[in-house]
Amino acid sequence: MTGYLVRRILYAIPILIGVNLITFALFFFVNTPDDMARLALGGKRVTEEAVEKWKRDKGYDKPHFYNAEEAGLSRFTSTIFFTKSASMFVLDFGVADDGRDIAQEVRTRMWPSLAIAAPTFFVGFAFYITFALVLAFFRATYVDVTGVIVCVAAMSISSLFYIIGGQYLISKLWHLVPISGFGDGVGAFKFLALPIAIGIVSSVGANARWYRTIFIEEINKEYVRTARAKGLSESRVLFRHVLHNAMIPILTGVVVIIPGLFLGSLIMESFFSIPGLGSYTIEAINNQDYGIVRAMVFLGSILYIIGLILTDVAYTLVDPRVRLD
Amino acid sequence: MPFKPVILWTDALLFLLVASTIAFWLYVRGRPHLRRPWRNLAQSAQGMAALVFIALFVSIGLLDSVHFRERISGGDAGQQDRFAVQTLSVLDAIVGPLRTQTEKTYSAPLATHLFSKETVELENGERVRTYPRLKFGGAHLADPDADWLADVLRTMVAGLGVAAIGWNLLVLLVASLVARRSERSIGESWNAIWHGREAVPWRAILISAGVIAFLLIPMAVLSTKYHVLGTDKVGQDVFYLTLKSIRTGLLIATLATLVMLPLATVLGIMAGYFRGWVDDVIQYIYTTLNSIPSVLLIAAAVLMLQVYMGTHPEMFDTIEQRQDLRLLFLCLILGVTSWTGLCRLLRGETLKLREQEYVQAAHAFGVPHIAVISRHILPNVMHIILIAVVMDFSGLVLAEAVLSYVGVGVDPTMTSFGNMINAARLEMAREPMVWWSLASAFVFMLMMVLSANLFADAVRDAFDPRISSGFKADA
Repeated sequence: MTGYLVRRILYAIPILIGVNLITFALFFFVNTPDDMARLALGGKRVTEEAVEKWKRDKGYDKPHFYNAEEAGLSRFTSTIFFTKSASMFVLDFGVADDGRDIAQEVRTRMWPSLAIAAPTFFVGFAFYITFALVLAFFRATYVDVTGVIVCVAAMSISSLFYIIGGQYLISKLWHLVPISGFGDGVGAFKFLALPIAIGIVSSVGANARWYRTIFIEEINKEYVRTARAKGLSESRVLFRHVLHNAMIPILTGVVVIIPGLFLGSLIMESFFSIPGLGSYTIEAINNQDYGIVRAMVFLGSILYIIGLILTDVAYTLVDPRVRLD
Repeated sequence: MPFKPVILWTDALLFLLVASTIAFWLYVRGRPHLRRPWRNLAQSAQGMAALVFIALFVSIGLLDSVHFRERISGGDAGQQDRFAVQTLSVLDAIVGPLRTQTEKTYSAPLATHLFSKETVELENGERVRTYPRLKFGGAHLADPDADWLADVLRTMVAGLGVAAIGWNLLVLLVASLVARRSERSIGESWNAIWHGREAVPWRAILISAGVIAFLLIPMAVLSTKYHVLGTDKVGQDVFYLTLKSIRTGLLIATLATLVMLPLATVLGIMAGYFRGWVDDVIQYIYTTLNSIPSVLLIAAAVLMLQVYMGTHPEMFDTIEQRQDLRLLFLCLILGVTSWTGLCRLLRGETLKLREQEYVQAAHAFGVPHIAVISRHILPNVMHIILIAVVMDFSGLVLAEAVLSYVGVGVDPTMTSFGNMINAARLEMAREPMVWWSLASAFVFMLMMVLSANLFADAVRDAFDPRISSGFKADA
């Protein structure tokens, strides 16, 4: 197990280098730092000095990969790539346009994000599985047909409408929770309840329908017939045998949801003005703060890779046949 | 010429796509083994009903993709023609007044007065704060308070009447076509259609055509006198904006697929077929791309595009060209971020196929790799590609709205569902609420995505006998 984890982490390194190179190329080769300076300073009538000053302030006045003017090791370290991209490997993201340290900002903002993403993920997962099991239990009856129709309709609605509708109904008409904002400690709960609920409801369609397909495929297998022939009750068959064996394909699919969590929280946080990583990213996009966007791309890939490794670990928990070594 | 045709990049690609779809259809027609799954699809009521709706959206989108610039002066011999700066589409020409009849600001659906109070100067010089009359919506009414309801109802009934006539003609046409083919009387074939005894689910097709006719025709008739779905902040007709948004959604969904398809197919088959280092390299590329959350990659790429466009304004003659290039680039990025899933599926399938006896035999006969791939591998993974394409469609339409909200979607000046929702969202706090733009975007988007989803399910059932979304699985 330990050996496997070490190997997986080593595998992650070339991928992160790749991500780093892609972002570097995107941010420094598509447009030259001169172009960025001109746009940031506004218009064409920008003096050469102003552009130079902007580049110096940002640290963009260096060559891309190789600095011939320096001596020794600083030929490589005194470059844009080393100071802006390679430094991200030690989680040094530099400073944002407003002068604050991005890494520090990420550390404080990750908790509100986690407070939304973790419950949305786990409660949602339990809810979808329960819902899908109910549909599978009542398979080929009107309950099932109605459920699937509801799922297809629900997955055809844009997530923006769930948020707008939820905010309007629950916060504005019924005044159950505040429309937006964030608090400390237990007080945060009333701010988090609605975003979490909406996060779960907005993806119930796609997930529940898909889990239902997996369950139904599993129900048609031989061992289920054997279990029934032995006289086990239908609920026991479903919960003990089918659920257990369906966990493997379900877990495989959970990997697909993890990057989606990030997207979900991006919109959710900005709609509910929760000071997390998602709203930070949206603000950065609107203010055209490239440093923050670059850092978030890198951070997002790290989270994704961690998610992949955790999924593999989860396999060993549900399926004793899987051994990681 | 009284107009000058303008071919935008996206138009050209869209029509290329339509042409290749027709070519593909002609190819399949002549081959019975390829035709069979399509026949299954044609017999699925769900698939055909959804297809009617899709056909409606596609035809609106195509009409909106034929662009031209009107001539404003010239035309005589020797005189230089001058053309308007604004690029119009055939759809704009058809709905004409909808585009030009703009009010001052918000007005509710079918309203005769503005939504907000304004200070109006009366004829005797007195100033009053009141809801002013609309310039176009219900402008023909002498006394709106008394005549409004009767006029709306009368217009609606007229519209329903037109719809009923049109729909009955359609029913008659279909029934007589079926009658001619099966050599029965029209009445008999109508009975067969109505009781679902025909192989092709004509009943489902006619019902969905009826739903469209009875909804859209009264709306169209009403929209000649009123703003059926109200007006937005700058007084533009919401019905018109909704129609224009269809093209944007359609383009994003189809062009992103056009980018994604060759990448996924070529790389996926190559990885599975050649294995070894080719496989390693391709797997590395898609794992790396996959590990970047796609919304962030799109955001980063679009931000860089904005810088590029900001520093190269000379590249774009008209605002439409700028919108168009941004849309095209967005499709490109969406395609680049979404090919990995299909690529992985194709790689797995190709790994299985290359061990089959007929592929081994081809190798033994010395058939070159390219021929083996095109003759034996590609036709056998075609169903996977097709299913992936239809399944992705609805997701891409939904993605547009979210991306536009984040600020990295289509150009903010372009009409799209995302921009409509975004603009309407700012009015949520207003009392009473401005709900109509949001509701129209919601309903039309739901119709588009739902029909795409239902069609995708039908395609999957027809082409992949293994997975079934229906209720037959448990039988």
